[in-house]
Amino acid sequence: MRSRWMKVAQATALAVAVCFSMGATDSNARYYDLNHRMMCTCGCAQLVGECNHVGCTQSGEELTLLRTDIASGMGDKETLAAFSTKYGATVLAAPGTHGFDLVAWIAPFAVFAAALLGTILLIRRWSGLSALKAEAAAANPQLETPADVERRDRVRRETGVDGGF
Amino acid sequence: MAAFGSFALLIALALAAYNLLAGGFALRLIATGQQARISPERLADTARRAGIAGFLAVTGAAFALIWSVFTNDFSIAYIMEHSNRALPGPYKFSAMWSGQEGSLLLWAWLLAAFGFVLRLRHKTDVKLYAYAGSILAGVQVFFLLLLNFAAPPFALLRGAIPDDGNGLNPLLQYPEMVIHPPMLYLGYVGFSVPFAFALGALMMRYPGEKWIKITRVWTLVTWLFLTAGIFLGMHWAYAVLGWGGYWGWDPVENASFMPWLTGTAFLHSVMMQEKKGMMKSWNVWLIFSTFLLTMLGTTLTRGGLVSSVHAFAQSSISTWFIVFMGIVLAVCIFTYILHRDHLKGDQHMESLVSRESSFLFNNLVLLTACFVILWGTLFPILSEYVQGTKVTVGAPFYNRVAIPIGLFLLFLTGVGPLLPWRSTSLKSIKRNFVLPVIALWATVIVCFAVGVNPWKGGQFSSGNFYALVAFAVSAAVMTAITSEFLRGAGVISRQTGRNLAVGMWLLTRRNTRRYGGYIIHIGVVIVVVGLAGAAFNTTQEQELGLHDHMTIGPYTLEQVGATQDSNLNYNSEYAMLDVYRDGKKQFQMTPEKRVYLASQQPQTMVAIHSLPSWDLYVVYEGTNPDTGQPIIKAFLNPLVGWIWAGLVIIIWGTFIALVPSLTPQTASLRVPAGRTIPTEPVLKGGD
Repeated sequence: MRSRWMKVAQATALAVAVCFSMGATDSNARYYDLNHRMMCTCGCAQLVGECNHVGCTQSGEELTLLRTDIASGMGDKETLAAFSTKYGATVLAAPGTHGFDLVAWIAPFAVFAAALLGTILLIRRWSGLSALKAEAAAANPQLETPADVERRDRVRRETGVDGGF
Repeated sequence: MAAFGSFALLIALALAAYNLLAGGFALRLIATGQQARISPERLADTARRAGIAGFLAVTGAAFALIWSVFTNDFSIAYIMEHSNRALPGPYKFSAMWSGQEGSLLLWAWLLAAFGFVLRLRHKTDVKLYAYAGSILAGVQVFFLLLLNFAAPPFALLRGAIPDDGNGLNPLLQYPEMVIHPPMLYLGYVGFSVPFAFALGALMMRYPGEKWIKITRVWTLVTWLFLTAGIFLGMHWAYAVLGWGGYWGWDPVENASFMPWLTGTAFLHSVMMQEKKGMMKSWNVWLIFSTFLLTMLGTTLTRGGLVSSVHAFAQSSISTWFIVFMGIVLAVCIFTYILHRDHLKGDQHMESLVSRESSFLFNNLVLLTACFVILWGTLFPILSEYVQGTKVTVGAPFYNRVAIPIGLFLLFLTGVGPLLPWRSTSLKSIKRNFVLPVIALWATVIVCFAVGVNPWKGGQFSSGNFYALVAFAVSAAVMTAITSEFLRGAGVISRQTGRNLAVGMWLLTRRNTRRYGGYIIHIGVVIVVVGLAGAAFNTTQEQELGLHDHMTIGPYTLEQVGATQDSNLNYNSEYAMLDVYRDGKKQFQMTPEKRVYLASQQPQTMVAIHSLPSWDLYVVYEGTNPDTGQPIIKAFLNPLVGWIWAGLVIIIWGTFIALVPSLTPQTASLRVPAGRTIPTEPVLKGGD
């Protein structure tokens, strides 16, 4: 049983790793990939690969520089670093993966995991309370007040097989 | 007119302040049982009437601004900055919300209009409506303070009055911009009403869940406006900005999306409160958060904290908004702490696998998505504060983080309706899920067969992978919802002797809320399919001389001429492109570039040929200064039309959900004589 769970965990980890490792190799794909990881610096708030507003003076320069960098054999990291040095950190369309920038990536997944865990624990707790209530009611039917009975009937009526939303 | 407008705003402020203070005082007297010289009920009614009169005063101010735009009264600074003589009539209306002051006035007017309707309907529940009316008056006071003192729309121009104005921002001179902002504002402002009811109900310790039933229509209509507003904004971005996309994770887009997410979570979780008396505190905080997020969105985009291509009006009013949000949050926390015992619900659940838990997970995912967007929007500010350098959080971040969450939400959209309330058995799960799972895997196989392969060419493409998952899960969800419809319709069909289509119609009419909701889910699935199509966008850019060709997908574009035109508002250049497919001419496209005379700003007008399978999207980027030849950028965007079709289905589903269900009595009118009316299971329960 444990080994099966391990396999599932390994497969999931592999799938996640594959999802997040986007490594294009040929130069056109790299050009497209990189120009969608950088912003146009003219202030239009668009990715440099998608900026086409009339009269933009920056996107052309950035794209030409990108082509030159790729042709000169620079790797993705070096290219992004060179752009960051030349135009400032805001040229990169997403935070990096070092230092405080890493928090940007971790926080959403951490919050999701914590919320997921919290929800599961909450449901289990509420299910436990339900079971305790049901046991108590079965052991001592007098514990159920007429209001309880009415509420229970209403809930059953409204949440029947096809009832409610 | 400027004096009239300013005076109307001052009167409106006085009336709103009276509504708030007199209403609050009267409600305090009623709550404590104290006596005063005037009966508290009469005092509360004067407050209500002040609210009604306030609507007339704000309407007067709004009319004054519109009148000033149409009469080209350039002595008013706002009119001079946002309009000009040659501006076409419909866009003169747009001028009202193209700037800071005008959009605040629109907000105040819509709030007054909502309050007007609310106060007229006060007999539904006089006390609760008095609370809600006073809270709305509090919000109105804030906006009227802004309009009177921080961003006055009728401020006069200093110095000589010019002959003509600066004109409307060219980006706003597009037909959808006449309806998109009001629609979005209706959504933003509309959430003030359920907020006011929720806070009022908590303050007065309102018994039961009636306030939710009262506000259900408000909330649903508001949600619909916000949804339609967001989609219209997407379409505007697609058709006007000319980058081939419709959603760029821009802060302004995010600002509208966050309250939509929490509002959607509220619409789902509120059913738990109605049906089972659960999640009372949660629901109250969801609606509080939704209201605060509408304010935060305005602060972020209008206050200049973050830069955005959509932020047409920025000023230093963010301090006002931050103070107001702080006050609102303090009031909410104080009221909650004071009355939290009133919100104790029947927190019980029988199984982890049930409709109840699916609602919880749905809320979890929606709120996580909201957090991700808020986090991404605020992270540049946080980064600057912590490390001293601003970073950009753009599309690549959201695409990696938000898309998986969105796909999980899509999965829940299909799973939730298949789970019964309370608990379920393994047998029931197998029975309900077998068809969706078959549909899912069949879609995966078909996708691979037609080339949607994440590992195409030996490289992994995350876009293709997400698209494959989106298509497969969409197929499963669609199958799940359709099978639910067919199962219910089959029962009715057998019992009434009508055909399946009529059975489906009757089924929907008998539980409009449930089946309207399913139709909305179908619309969402259609939208997701459209969004997934973006993974296969292709683009081509080329300089096209006369009779030069460019090819994109199955189309060949031939430049057959370029021409110029001008009118009082702008000069334009067109490229005329004949489009061929399989060697046959299909149609002609005329992408355009305009230069607006008043502002001297250029603007592209994209030519779009839309089919269910794809959009051919052509941009005239201008001319090469060296050769004088037009530069054409063409996109082939698969499935974009599905996004707009999905919106139509969502609107349709919402309308159905708003229509009251047929009762057994009215249903009997639609059943042929001699037939029995089915009461089980399709007529049972639900509203």
